[in-house]
Amino acid sequence: MRLNYILSDLGIGLKRNLSMTIAVVVTIWVSLALFGSALLANEQVDLMKGNWYDKIQISVFMCTKDSGGRGCSGTEVTQEQKNRIRQVIESNPDTAPDGVFGESKKEAFAQFKKLYKDSPIVSTVTEDQMQESYRVKLRDPQRYQNLVSAVAGLPGVDTVQDLRQYLDPLFEALKGLKIGAYIASGLLLLAALMQISNTIRLAAYARRREIGIMRLVGASNFYIQLPFLLEAILAALIGAILACGTLWLGVYFVVMRRAQETFKVWQWVGASETFRATLIMVVVGIILAVVPTFLTTRKYLKV
Amino acid sequence: MIRFENVSKTYEGQTKAALLNVNIEIEKGEFVFLVGTSGSGKSTFLRLVLREHRTSKGHIMVAGKDLNRLASWRIPQMRRQIGTVFQDFRLLPNKTVAENVAFALQVIGKPRSHIRKTVPEVLELVGLEGKQDRLPDELSGGEQQRVAIARAFVNRPMILIADEPTGNLDPATSEGIMKLLDRINRTGTTVVMATHDVSIVNQMRKRVIELENGHVVRDESRGVYGYQH
Ligand SMILES: Nc1ncnc2c1ncn2[C@@H]1O[C@H](COP(=O)(O)OP(=O)(O)OP(=O)(O)O)[C@@H](O)[C@H]1O
Ligand SMILES: [Mg+2]
Repeated sequence: MRLNYILSDLGIGLKRNLSMTIAVVVTIWVSLALFGSALLANEQVDLMKGNWYDKIQISVFMCTKDSGGRGCSGTEVTQEQKNRIRQVIESNPDTAPDGVFGESKKEAFAQFKKLYKDSPIVSTVTEDQMQESYRVKLRDPQRYQNLVSAVAGLPGVDTVQDLRQYLDPLFEALKGLKIGAYIASGLLLLAALMQISNTIRLAAYARRREIGIMRLVGASNFYIQLPFLLEAILAALIGAILACGTLWLGVYFVVMRRAQETFKVWQWVGASETFRATLIMVVVGIILAVVPTFLTTRKYLKV
Repeated sequence: MIRFENVSKTYEGQTKAALLNVNIEIEKGEFVFLVGTSGSGKSTFLRLVLREHRTSKGHIMVAGKDLNRLASWRIPQMRRQIGTVFQDFRLLPNKTVAENVAFALQVIGKPRSHIRKTVPEVLELVGLEGKQDRLPDELSGGEQQRVAIARAFVNRPMILIADEPTGNLDPATSEGIMKLLDRINRTGTTVVMATHDVSIVNQMRKRVIELENGHVVRDESRGVYGYQH
């Protein structure tokens, strides 16, 4: 197998189909970028769910000197109040058995430091400023209203946070977004697939004389297919690299620079998830190029 | 070298057989004319030898190998031992004479040094020395056919298949082409040639196999074109 013949073939092929090659590259670029975003959105939703949704349903934050909740009177919550609050929570029928966890100031501070480990804010906050809280698991995550109203307003209770209230709409939106992205990228990938196979069909048609002679003189199928495969793989790789670059930029500007700053409490997809997504994208891109090319040229090689 | 054992071929979607119960044995080094009216099955016969189609029934042995049992990935290897020439030359218009011939070697992965040595030799053999840098457009029909023959022969095949190679040429040019094929045959290459050219067949006095509606109706060792009753 003479590499220089193959490479010169490749060059001729690319030049001949330049506009079509560009069209293929752009289609692959857009569809893979969207596909990668869908992969990341999926990871993001899982991250959030894993972190918050399933673990803790309701947080009962208790008063500090500075808190201005309904049940606070400008003093730290007392032990007596805490016992009472715990009793109310535990006796509520919606609370899961052994579903109450207390978080001390110390634990809250440790958690805080972990979440904000890269932020200068850590040095300005002291353990004393943290709020003690009860974290309550529910028997049925759907039924939280009753418990929330039972606890809210008790002496020593600052606020009751029901995360579902915030997370549900978000997850719904993200889920919609995710499904939308999958469908759109699926359609685009399909379009890319058909476009590649059409391009190859045209390229093979343009070279039918050569192919006919190659078959006649006994060139191996692989030798005949190789220029087409290389052409398609090259287009797919360029498209995939552009898509990966787009995804990295998106993650950097949207997630790392904006979302992570604004919503520090949540875990966000980062470099490792993006890297994984780009690997999948490159593989999908190459499959996208190789499979239709292989099938289309094979059809040409028969008979 | 080539053996047809009870070979029938019906094309897909056809009811009438293009070849029916053909039994033929062609020895190594033979020169065989395949004659018959249009549609009698000559091209079908040659295509089956090239394994462009499978037989519907029966077996074809080429160089001791049963083509029906040949794995499809081995077909290219088999075709390297068969040179092919057609009525329409089938040259690449944007390649020069030498490049057209070299192409056949390049695509089967022959080393460049081998190509550089072999191509001028075979061009000389077919009488095209000095014309290696012309494009097919700049050659006469006879010369173009010589290029095609050079390309078919450059890999020294055991068999040369020619489907009406003189179909587009005038009698004088055809005679030159026949001399060339005869010369190639004398190097030991088996030549099978389908033709309608009466005078060529009558002049050469080689083996003649006549087909009619897919049947072999005549097989004479030093035959002529028409029936000799
Ligand atoms: N690819 C094909 N599909 C269907 N039928 C075919 C095909 N090729 C040939 N035939 C049919 O098979 C029969 C034999 O055709 P073939 O081409 O072998 O004849 P031939 O002797 O070469 O004729 P000619 O002298 O005109 O070249 C004809 O009836 C033809 O119509
Ligand atoms: Mg014919």
